[in-house]
Amino acid sequence: MYVLKKILLTVAVLLGAAICSFLLLRLLPGDPAEALAGPQAALEDVATVRRSLDLDKPLSRQFATYMGHLLQGDLGYSYRTHRPVAQEIEARWPATLKLSLTSMLVAILVGVPLGVHAARKRGRLADTVSMVASFVGVSMPSFWLGMLLIVAFSVQLHLFPFSGDQGPLNYVLPSLTLGLGIAANIARMTRASMLDTLGQDYVRTARGKGLSEFRVVHLHALRNAAAPIVTIIGLQLGALLGGQVVTEMLFVWPGLGRMIVDSLNARDYMVVQGGILVLAATFAVLNLLTDLACKALDPRIRL
Amino acid sequence: MGSLRKFFRSPSACVGVAVLLALVLACAFASRLVPYSPFDQNLEQQLLRPSAAHWLGTDQFGRDVLARILVGTKYSLTAGFVSVLLSLAGGLALGIPAGYLGGALDKGLMLACDILLAFPGILMALALSMVLGPGIYTPMITVGISSIPVFARLVRVQFMTLREAPFVEAMRAAGAGGFRIAVKHIMPNAMGPILVQSTLRLGIAIVTAATLSFLGLGAQPPAPEWGTMLNDARTYFMTNAYLAMFPGLAITVSVIAINLVGDALRDHLDPRLRER
Repeated sequence: MYVLKKILLTVAVLLGAAICSFLLLRLLPGDPAEALAGPQAALEDVATVRRSLDLDKPLSRQFATYMGHLLQGDLGYSYRTHRPVAQEIEARWPATLKLSLTSMLVAILVGVPLGVHAARKRGRLADTVSMVASFVGVSMPSFWLGMLLIVAFSVQLHLFPFSGDQGPLNYVLPSLTLGLGIAANIARMTRASMLDTLGQDYVRTARGKGLSEFRVVHLHALRNAAAPIVTIIGLQLGALLGGQVVTEMLFVWPGLGRMIVDSLNARDYMVVQGGILVLAATFAVLNLLTDLACKALDPRIRL
Repeated sequence: MGSLRKFFRSPSACVGVAVLLALVLACAFASRLVPYSPFDQNLEQQLLRPSAAHWLGTDQFGRDVLARILVGTKYSLTAGFVSVLLSLAGGLALGIPAGYLGGALDKGLMLACDILLAFPGILMALALSMVLGPGIYTPMITVGISSIPVFARLVRVQFMTLREAPFVEAMRAAGAGGFRIAVKHIMPNAMGPILVQSTLRLGIAIVTAATLSFLGLGAQPPAPEWGTMLNDARTYFMTNAYLAMFPGLAITVSVIAINLVGDALRDHLDPRLRER
């Protein structure tokens, strides 16, 4: 029942996202037909282009056509390349997805252990250092972190390349750029949640019956502290997808974020609409999955 | 007043407020602190490394980086404050009726918020920025508008919980009208958490505004906006890395200061949310 309601809501959200992106784009100054025909084009050429793209039709007709096609799974054609938008997205999607995954991996692998360690050493130097570090991490703009990483590891040390997606080494700097800020958020939440569970009676019982500290912390406490941590990870997905746009611009990454910005600049409406829709859909599905994961981790949560 | 003194007993509140005050004062008196104008070009002194004469070096037009950063404070802090005020106003206008009245209005408004929140915030800000065109007001307006849903939800939750509080019931029994209860009695009680969140959102707003400027959508050169300066610095990555350091450091320091104040405010006004 709950899942059904959530799925219906997701569909409504996506429909709304489609409508919003369509309307917002029509508010943009600049005429796609003129942008496409080029600065030297004659008036009749611009008119031909406009007619061929159906841009001469009234807005309501354009909208009806767009939604009609969309409901059949047709995202339309790019104004610039005349290829189906679905193909354009397919070409860019893997790069964005892979970078999101490696960044999230960095965020979890850095954030969770840091938070657990800080909670265990509460009030000691290790706690203070990691909490100050994550406070700075939360406050730093991710694009600046990216610039610092480029200067340090690309320009000075020549360790990692900083543009494009040619191999595994190309993932290091953009993943750190996107991941570390999120790791800082995760670390703060993990620490708070761990401190909560480490004070519980069953943790004392587990210690009392002679379990090793590792088992107590990682198998008993961490499992019960997991639900808020998963929630914050889910909430950070939005930050991840948003940060992706800037990171892709900075690292010349061939992903969806850069595709959307480039297409916005060229007034290639169809590609922008399709890209935004795919990003919004990803976001919605990931949110749904986090909600379900939280419920699985902590059956007391009623959704 | 006792409450204010208690607030300043927290070290993070003191440090945060002190840093913010220092930034604002340094911005106001920048021309007395640094013997250079942030705008005067000096083509004989281009791209000088940090030295005794130019503490943070000079940029590609020979302008003193320190003077530019000090003056740049006003762009970022104004962008942060204006945008948060804008989203707060929008959030109150939508959240109060939704939370206080409930019903179909609430459902409709929250669905609209869900839809707007389904966009990654920066995309919304990007598209809006392009509608408005580049300029100093663009980041303020776009960041302000795009976080209205966040504030609307926050205000709604406050009003929804307080709507059932005993004192509201008492007011209603005494015959006070709905609007009067909402504004005069619930609002003051709801303001604490809303203020805390506004402070914490201020940091996010400053970073997002700087990000838009970094993408070329905010203040245009020669304005010494921090994000714009970082965008310029990208050209000189290889040779003059220091240009990419200091504006970013300025953003980070001011956001840290604001977050310190926000955390202290949270501990002070809303002890339930205190991080252990």
